[in-house]
Amino acid sequence: MSRAVLALWLAVLAACALVIAHSRFAADLSAFLPRAPNTQQQVLVDQLRDGMVSRLVFAGIDGADAPTRAALSKALAQHLRAGGLFLSVNNGEPVNAGRDYALLSRYRYVLSPDTTPQAFSAAGLHTAIQTAIDRLASPLGGDLKTLLPADPTGATLQVLSRLSAAARPHEIDGVWASPAGTRALLLLQTRAAGTDTDGQQAALAAVREDFAAAQRELGPQATRATLVLSGPGVFAVQSRATIKGAAERVSLIGSALIVTLLLLVYRSLPVLLLGLLPVLTGVAVAIAAVGLGYGVVQGVTLGFGTTLMGEAVDYSIYLFVQSGTRGNGADARRDWLRRFWPTIRLGMLTSVAGFATLLLSDLPGLAQLGAYSIAGLISAALVTRFVLPQLLPRAFAVRDLSAVGERLLNVVARLRRLRRPLALLVLAATAVLLAQRAHLWNTRLSALSPISPAALALDAQLRSQLGGPDSGDLVAVNGASADTALAAAEAVAPRLRALQAQGIIAGFDSPARYLPSRATQRARQAALPDAPTLQRHLDAAVQGLPVKAALFAPFVRDVAAARTAAPLTRADLAHTSFALALDGMLLHGADGRWTALLPLRAPAAGDIDGARVAAALAGSGAHYINLGQASNTLYDGYLKSAARLSLAGLGAIALLLVIALRSPRRAARVLAPLLAAVVVVAAGLLLLGVKLTLLHLVGMMLIVAVGSNYALFFDRGNSTGGIAPRTLASLVFANLTTVAGFGPLLFSGVPVLQALGATVGPGALLALWFSAVLSAPPAKTAGVRAAIPR
Amino acid sequence: MPYTRFSLPAPNLGRLRGLLLCAALLLTPPAVAGAWNLDALMQALAQHPASRASFVESKTLAMLDAPIESSGELRFRAPDTLEMRTLKPRPQTLILEGNRLTADFDGRIHHINLDDHPDAAVLVDSIRATLNGDRAALEREYTVTLVGDRAHWTLTLVPLNARARARVSEIRIAGRRGQVRSIAVEQADGDHSLMTIREQAEP
Repeated sequence: MSRAVLALWLAVLAACALVIAHSRFAADLSAFLPRAPNTQQQVLVDQLRDGMVSRLVFAGIDGADAPTRAALSKALAQHLRAGGLFLSVNNGEPVNAGRDYALLSRYRYVLSPDTTPQAFSAAGLHTAIQTAIDRLASPLGGDLKTLLPADPTGATLQVLSRLSAAARPHEIDGVWASPAGTRALLLLQTRAAGTDTDGQQAALAAVREDFAAAQRELGPQATRATLVLSGPGVFAVQSRATIKGAAERVSLIGSALIVTLLLLVYRSLPVLLLGLLPVLTGVAVAIAAVGLGYGVVQGVTLGFGTTLMGEAVDYSIYLFVQSGTRGNGADARRDWLRRFWPTIRLGMLTSVAGFATLLLSDLPGLAQLGAYSIAGLISAALVTRFVLPQLLPRAFAVRDLSAVGERLLNVVARLRRLRRPLALLVLAATAVLLAQRAHLWNTRLSALSPISPAALALDAQLRSQLGGPDSGDLVAVNGASADTALAAAEAVAPRLRALQAQGIIAGFDSPARYLPSRATQRARQAALPDAPTLQRHLDAAVQGLPVKAALFAPFVRDVAAARTAAPLTRADLAHTSFALALDGMLLHGADGRWTALLPLRAPAAGDIDGARVAAALAGSGAHYINLGQASNTLYDGYLKSAARLSLAGLGAIALLLVIALRSPRRAARVLAPLLAAVVVVAAGLLLLGVKLTLLHLVGMMLIVAVGSNYALFFDRGNSTGGIAPRTLASLVFANLTTVAGFGPLLFSGVPVLQALGATVGPGALLALWFSAVLSAPPAKTAGVRAAIPR
Repeated sequence: MPYTRFSLPAPNLGRLRGLLLCAALLLTPPAVAGAWNLDALMQALAQHPASRASFVESKTLAMLDAPIESSGELRFRAPDTLEMRTLKPRPQTLILEGNRLTADFDGRIHHINLDDHPDAAVLVDSIRATLNGDRAALEREYTVTLVGDRAHWTLTLVPLNARARARVSEIRIAGRRGQVRSIAVEQADGDHSLMTIREQAEP
């Protein structure tokens, strides 16, 4: 039997090692993006995760002088274009100008909304040619002179100006520069997807190396310049580094503190190692469980692992300290199993009940935390119960902490006098929470981001300098194919033009400007007359003008070719400046559907009135999206659902306690100190100016989970004539390790982990104190006992 | 999102040069005594009083059966801003500031950066050199010939650069003392234009 248990344990550990070796580890915020969003949210998530937008890198060159910055920009761009890690490298140099012009010229009639039968009638052509001749008089007429024979209607220049209407950065010395002229700007698009953090990291490393190489090439003046980078990929790489660094640092500090504490108490290396077995098993099983269940293990979840040490290490502490020190070790442990194991089991089950509700969360990150905790706690408890006793040597004993326990009992006795102050404290804390109830939560997604405000400010600055869309107002339409999405974008355009006429929006862009739908292209082709008809119209059109119809033979030829040409496709746009614009607005979703995005420009007077845009779009199948607002709404929704789940978890814990203790009053007694701790911690955080996030909520659940052990032991003491000195000592000891485990999170620099540390560290401490304050006095003083119900 | 960039095809260099040289006529230096030579002309042109003038231009193009006429006014602001406001046959405004050319026709604004057109930029720099009286810089880009006397001179500029010469074969600037009276541009394809300029009093 005992051998079988050991063999099973070792087999499980081996299996876990195997699973962990094959697990993927991720460290971005995508764990806190939704799993099953609605259509509108899907656009946002696609954008953030995989969209072309997620591949953008904004680069700035500061320092040195303008000509040096321009030379660096050109040299860097040249290196990057040769390197192959980037789909496009834009710095203002007209590298694509020739291809752009050739494409526009070739497809001018299907790209131009002015391709109508009227434009190609005799009257339409007469007006067009008259205008063109007038333009020839201009100093820039030289352009027209070469264009006129093939393009008397000026379609090429019209299309060119239509597509170049988009904002473009300032230029200094031939490259993009900030409006103040103090920074050269580049816009890069990585080949690696936004979710491919390794690929992003490699691309960013290439930018830095190529910049250094360009500096070396350009001499001493160039070495004074500096490179700044931003964008989604930069953030992903930074976040991963921050989270990884923090998780490692925090684990290290936490482990060191806990090990030191354990050594101080046990004063024995073998005991220490044995005591860590349940925790280490728990961590291994937890990581393997998350890897198996979710495919990817989030770095945040892993960072959380260290905190599990704080709680799971308690189990072995209870076993070692409570099972006594002298006499027959084996008997003492059997005695412990009989007397204490049920209490620990109940404490473990309350934790599991609390975390089980997290499994239901739509946020993969929260669900992972739930799975991790449940797997870890159950396996740590099982190892403590079934494996550890068998591994202990016959004469195993730890230092007797009874003496310490006796002193602690005196402290508890004094603490009991603090019931009234505690009640007042809880009342005050509740008042704080009620007074601030409108401002309890930080509803911004960025609250979870490990990106520093300085990095965010740089990002906003680079985006605005590059003339990128900053308002984040979009209209999205969907289609089963790229073409249907483009057709839908064309269909919604009249409504947007109406909004533009009313001044609600200043304008909008559309992917259909760069790639009209097939139907539109066919309609424009159909508007072109056949060669004999066009020739007839031309002959009539030149009457009264100083030009002969024969001059326009290239025009007749081009129109004939355009009538029957294959339609313009996405592939034709590749390697032109239009590809980036189109890819940013025409997205291929993970579900195979296509989304066309029409970015709106806000009127100069202020923001776009989203409600009026939404009203104008009603019934069109198009959605109005404000990216900033949508992401916050999204997060808000998850916060609310997490709050509901936490309340449900609390309900489950309460129910479990009522059933296990067979007494609502005892259950209430166990819960009271825990809830008091939660309320006081929440109020304390608010008073310190911290707004609560999702992770504070998870932390509160952990207070209840960890604290339930303390409260249950005090409750057990109630029915056995007061808590035993050794039990009390083990609780204080366990509490210290918990605080040591969570405390270092405060210094992690990662908001997600900081929130946990700030909640659970003080919360666990308070849960123990409050459990002591609210515990019943020892049975031997019967008078006091009788007074309790009062 | 649309981070696109476009550039118009290379502007007609001859026209551009004509436009820039118009600035020369706006300079009305005091009569200089002494020998009339290139240095004397440069010195006269290098004066920078802001000024304005009206112009009439006639263009003869092979593709058209008759020359086209245009007219309007010119303004120059030191050191490098030149504005050409065409009134007929169709209103249009061109403003050259540094190496940025802004064109406004029919209310549509076009920005053309001369940096995108290195051959044009060379010419512009040369013309700046003229306005600054920098003969050495001018002669880096053109073969410069001056004929006539102070009362009736003609400066002929032939681009040294083969690419530029493929479009413009010759520019002839004629004037009287410190005033430019006309700018004639001969294009390589035989098309040609003549702009006659009349100075206006300061408003």
